[in-house]
Amino acid sequence: MQFYVNGEPTTLDDHASLADLVTSMDLVGKRIAIEVNQEIIPRSQHAEYRIQADDHVEVVHAIGGG
Amino acid sequence: MSQLNDPLVIAGVEYQSRLLVGTGKYKDMDETRAAIEASGAEIVTVAVRRTNIGQNPDEPNLLDIITPDKYTILPNTAGCYTADDAVRTCRLARELLDGHDLVKLEVLGDQKTLYPNIVETIKAAETLVKDGFKVMVYTNDDPIVAKQLEEMGCVAVMPLGSLIGSGLGILNPHNIRLIMEAATVPILVDAGVGTASDAAIAMEMGCEGVLMNTAIAAAGNPILMASAMRKAIEAGREAYLAGRMPRKKYASASSPLDGVIG
Repeated sequence: MQFYVNGEPTTLDDHASLADLVTSMDLVGKRIAIEVNQEIIPRSQHAEYRIQADDHVEVVHAIGGG
Repeated sequence: MSQLNDPLVIAGVEYQSRLLVGTGKYKDMDETRAAIEASGAEIVTVAVRRTNIGQNPDEPNLLDIITPDKYTILPNTAGCYTADDAVRTCRLARELLDGHDLVKLEVLGDQKTLYPNIVETIKAAETLVKDGFKVMVYTNDDPIVAKQLEEMGCVAVMPLGSLIGSGLGILNPHNIRLIMEAATVPILVDAGVGTASDAAIAMEMGCEGVLMNTAIAAAGNPILMASAMRKAIEAGREAYLAGRMPRKKYASASSPLDGVIG
């Protein structure tokens, strides 16, 4: 299944969850936030949330800024 | 301000420091941490950005250095040019910070000036206030706009002293004064401070606080400048509270005139 993460085409197994994506990105335990198709998916739902083909996923974190 | 009980109050929360600092443009995380410590700031801004696919996972995360239990993290919407993007960024920030809802709203107009786009700023502020955010809003130095943002429910209004990152100081103190006269929420100067005297001038005028980043991060010695800014903010605030002497046209001797010899 192909979908988009931060604008880049990405592939994971069908029925992969957001938690699987987080694992594949080496971000387990990091302070991040995830939006799918412009809707926030709370951290507590990452394990059960199934990514669909062509979803637009944004994964963000805090960086230096003024 | 250790001797005075004079907290800055934003959205009902008291802060002892009136200096708010950004975390951008530092050489590395160590310098970021040291400068922020030296500044004495309690409210610290961060940006929200996409995680880089393939970035080094061992790289320290900013929020592991500037931790939410020690600092009030103020996520910004820097880089957003539309109300929609700014609102999305704030919602992501709230998720990132476990429901923390204090945000710095800035919606920019163009890359050359980073001047605020007021139409989009007002749209975003409206949505964010309805959505329960406590909005500290970056705006231009227009007193009418500042008042409108306050009336919409923003918890602090932050007019620019001059362009972001320009270090040109407070170019229109008269407008900042007009904004302060009309305000019932804290007015903080955000952007434009170049050196300590600029910060002191803002505070002497009666601003409730100053938010800065580049003035510290781009100084020759950022940690020393952070310390200078802390003192300038405190000095300016104390001078404002003390009330300056009136200006006079002619000299007024400090030593008594009676009993001079000869």
